[in-house]
Amino acid sequence: MDDAGTHAQPTRRKDGRDAARNPLRIAIVGSGPAGFYAAQALLRSGRQLTVDVLDRLPVPYGLVRHGVAPDHQKLKSVTTLFEKVGRSDNFSFRGNVTVGRDVSIADLKDTHHAVVLAYGAATGRSVGIDGENLPGSLSATEFVGWYNGHPDYRDLDVALDTSAAVVLGHGNVAVDVARILAKPAPALASSDIAAHALDALGNSRIREIHVVGRRGPVQSKISPKELRELGGLEDCDVTVRPDELALNTESRAELDDPRAEEAQRRLQLFESFAIPSRGSVARRIEFRFLSSPVAIDGDTRVRGIMLERTRLCGKPFSQHAEGTGEHYRLEAGLVIRSIGYSGLPIDDGVPFDVDRGIVPNVDGRVMSRGTPLPGLYCTGWIARGPRGLIGDNREHGVRTAKNVLEDFPEDATRDARPGIAAIDRLLAARGIRSVCMDGWRRIDESERGRGQRLGKPREKYTCIEEMLEHAAEPARS
Amino acid sequence: MTTVVTDKCSGCRFTDCISVCPVECFHYDEQMLYIDPRDCIDCGACLPECPVHAIYEEADLPEGQEKWVQINAERASGLPSCTEPMEPLPGAEERKAALGY
Repeated sequence: MDDAGTHAQPTRRKDGRDAARNPLRIAIVGSGPAGFYAAQALLRSGRQLTVDVLDRLPVPYGLVRHGVAPDHQKLKSVTTLFEKVGRSDNFSFRGNVTVGRDVSIADLKDTHHAVVLAYGAATGRSVGIDGENLPGSLSATEFVGWYNGHPDYRDLDVALDTSAAVVLGHGNVAVDVARILAKPAPALASSDIAAHALDALGNSRIREIHVVGRRGPVQSKISPKELRELGGLEDCDVTVRPDELALNTESRAELDDPRAEEAQRRLQLFESFAIPSRGSVARRIEFRFLSSPVAIDGDTRVRGIMLERTRLCGKPFSQHAEGTGEHYRLEAGLVIRSIGYSGLPIDDGVPFDVDRGIVPNVDGRVMSRGTPLPGLYCTGWIARGPRGLIGDNREHGVRTAKNVLEDFPEDATRDARPGIAAIDRLLAARGIRSVCMDGWRRIDESERGRGQRLGKPREKYTCIEEMLEHAAEPARS
Repeated sequence: MTTVVTDKCSGCRFTDCISVCPVECFHYDEQMLYIDPRDCIDCGACLPECPVHAIYEEADLPEGQEKWVQINAERASGLPSCTEPMEPLPGAEERKAALGY
């Protein structure tokens, strides 16, 4: 392995006595924003330490690579900062290593002083209604992974041979999904969208995309910027039914709050969509408010979805949707639910809160029955649930790192741990081909080269074998 | 399109925005913060953090505030980077109240 990760040597006191201080060895599970921000905060501390980041995929950056929409390249450029972290001394990356299968948490704890879990929330939540498992019903996690070339979803069957799609959820991911379905394929061709997705979307028959939310326009979580982008789409109308923009007293109170500038801006944008459809465009996105999914219908595949009209109940800022008993149906061959993500347990040695889909913790310290488990930490979505933007993980990573460093004070004596060198030996013995930072750089370069020939920022490898092949050092002739 | 700090920041400099900026694109002088448009990736994470709503996307700038796009670009490049939250300026709370927040 050619990473610098093992180079931190024990420091010796100037008086020459053999009071070696062993470097603090920290393993981080997951190489998305949460993992990289935690790594950055630890490496910046100036302390004698090493950080080893592991990922189940051969490639790093998590949802920046496989979540952020391909037509949002500027947002993806946050990886510049991660690349900088990746070049730090005392940092190493090992991709293609599934913690909980290839190595256990116990292995990591034996070889490191601290383990930070930063593996995110990998699955889409289900709505829990009939028909959810029919072909044509997908989670946004699957669909987004598919167009972004995630190896787990490259073979997903996306039903684009239908005239209408329904997207459940009113967050930014729902808008990404709607936008990718609505954009003419040529407009995506210069993004880093996966080739298989570009092909399929080029043959899409979808004309109508209904974006359905349980609550009203004021409670939507979509950022005004995303809405504005939708409004500017080529050959696509965005519509809202004027009657669904009628506000109750509580929603007006929410809008009148001086801190509600974003909600006011959002409402203005929705109002600008409440005009008759031009009708002559190729596609139409329609926002539906105050509607809750009841059942997906279809025999061998999705044919439509039954929705129940809701009304808002409760006090301003805590209004929830209650069913009215009034139903309506939307015809659609594709239903994509974008109602949040959920984390999964990683290993028997780590407590897990099944209801919340997170690892129970207080400020990043993993808790078991009210007491912190020594040496075990978490950060990002697996710690706080799937909320917030990329940058929110930075704040969280800094806090978690601070606690790790507090629990292992600089002047405390500690035993020596072998760190990544021992993990590499375990992986070799178990026949696991891991990918280090240099291996990733070779994949990266090859992907960029392929992309350049197609006028794209990169053409991703979407299967693990291909990634491993390009991570390997070129054979010397 | 870019994201800009306006003069509502001047005299407060709360720096709540700093902790969530994924790319450390904020810079500061003794009065306020500025965003370097060459580094900002327009993620929008800072917008809801500001206690006085001083940060805007360019398209949403109130009338008369458009000049801040250029001011941010010019000022940011010559100023130190702000990578960790700082204490707000003295009088920040009073100014926040005066701004109606």
